[in-house]
Amino acid sequence: MSYEPKILGLLCNWCSYTGADLAGTSRIQYPPNIRIVRLMCSARVDPTFVFDALSKGADGVLICGCHPGDCHYSEGNYKALRRFTLLKKLLQAYGVENERIRLEWVSASEGQRFAEIVTDMTERVRALGPSRIQPALHTDHAERCP
Amino acid sequence: MSDKKKLQIALYWGAACGGCDVAVLDTNEFILTVAEVADIRLWPIAADGKYADVEAMQDGELDLTLFNGAVRNSENEHVAKLLRQKSKILVAFGACAHMGGIPGLANLTTKEDIFATAYLNNPSIEPGNRTVPRPETKLNGSSLEIPTFFDRVFKLGDVVDVDYFLPGCPPAPEQVKNVLLAVVKGELPPRKSVVGASERTVCDDCKRTKAEKKVRRFYRPFEIIQDSTRCLLEQGILCMGSATRSGCGVRCPNSNQGCRGCYGPAPAVKDHGAKFLSALASIIDSKDPKEIEAMVGQLPDFISFAYRFGMPASILERTHHR
Ligand code: SF4
Ligand code: SF4
Ligand code: FES
Repeated sequence: MSYEPKILGLLCNWCSYTGADLAGTSRIQYPPNIRIVRLMCSARVDPTFVFDALSKGADGVLICGCHPGDCHYSEGNYKALRRFTLLKKLLQAYGVENERIRLEWVSASEGQRFAEIVTDMTERVRALGPSRIQPALHTDHAERCP
Repeated sequence: MSDKKKLQIALYWGAACGGCDVAVLDTNEFILTVAEVADIRLWPIAADGKYADVEAMQDGELDLTLFNGAVRNSENEHVAKLLRQKSKILVAFGACAHMGGIPGLANLTTKEDIFATAYLNNPSIEPGNRTVPRPETKLNGSSLEIPTFFDRVFKLGDVVDVDYFLPGCPPAPEQVKNVLLAVVKGELPPRKSVVGASERTVCDDCKRTKAEKKVRRFYRPFEIIQDSTRCLLEQGILCMGSATRSGCGVRCPNSNQGCRGCYGPAPAVKDHGAKFLSALASIIDSKDPKEIEAMVGQLPDFISFAYRFGMPASILERTHHR
């Protein structure tokens, strides 16, 4: 049975989600492995969301926001960048491969670029194989239900 | 020997350091008042009492059990289940029972590595004398058993249903007193509540002056002479006050140390480290990816800091290396 990676996309409403929409309306093909959640801004990405997704079976998480200087709330994407930088380090310590999480800037006109990012990330995560987190947590607790 | 009109209580330790039991003793003469209204049926650190005595009890015979310590081996789990069955109220007492505590940091490594360090590669062990404990040993036709060391550490709530959580490493004696009084008077809040703590954060209760938080570099406590009137985080010293539940009396910042988060995540926070990460990273005063990277590099072993008392209570619970 071939493995299809499950990737969660967290996209800001103002640029990146519109970019993804453009990819759709322009009928640009990209892998169906991504499930997109629209957020108001990339700064809305609480690292808790990423942990939650990984613990529930996501194989990768893609966060997209407006290009630097273009955030609708002026500096939200810089906050996202700072958190992402530390989050990546934390996930590395948890034993989660770097390529399972990614931050990209995608503008409303970059439908093509969005499709390329999703294609590239899907292939990289496919090459890593399925995340072991959810099955591992399940096994840990299987023997000890209260 | 038990007087049935008195409150029947047990205190027990799983994987713990003993500090929680000391916190109970630190209620000083109050503990003597407790002994007047209660029969202490089991308290390994301070009183007599055997597991067999507990096994012989009726279900629910104990009114209250304060269980401190994490669940690290099969004995911890066995006694946790036994005490659960015999107790009307089971309290996860202290950070280890609540969230895994300091022993929970072992979830950053493996059982194999721990045994190798403790029993094989330790320079103080003579060659030829390297014995690794096994759950069962056969000797002269009989078998000797010791508890099985689990692959990882669990919090108490992972193995039994817990009624109340009393946080802290250790809990502040004043709070222990309040909770015991609430039990005696039958004034406990709804089941599953955190007791002996507040609904605010440590920052809310901290008296240090708070201004704008923007930091150009992080300091380890010994690298800087701090201003003891200003917020530690604003000086670049790590403090988890913003993500942590209050109730300790702001013990650490009041002693010129950053809060390490022993009271656990603030109400409604699901992952303590994730919330602290958010707060900490957002005060980095730079927009330049390289500079940000360099500042993050000033946080060695961030995972142990972010989950010092609650690795098993974090969403990912442990490391997941291949
Ligand atoms: S971060 Fe620490 S020092 Fe600053 S206000 Fe909060 S508890 Fe006090
Ligand atoms: S300040 Fe933080 S680490 Fe110190 S006792 Fe209070 S909650 Fe625990
Ligand atoms: S609105 Fe797009 S990153 Fe803030």
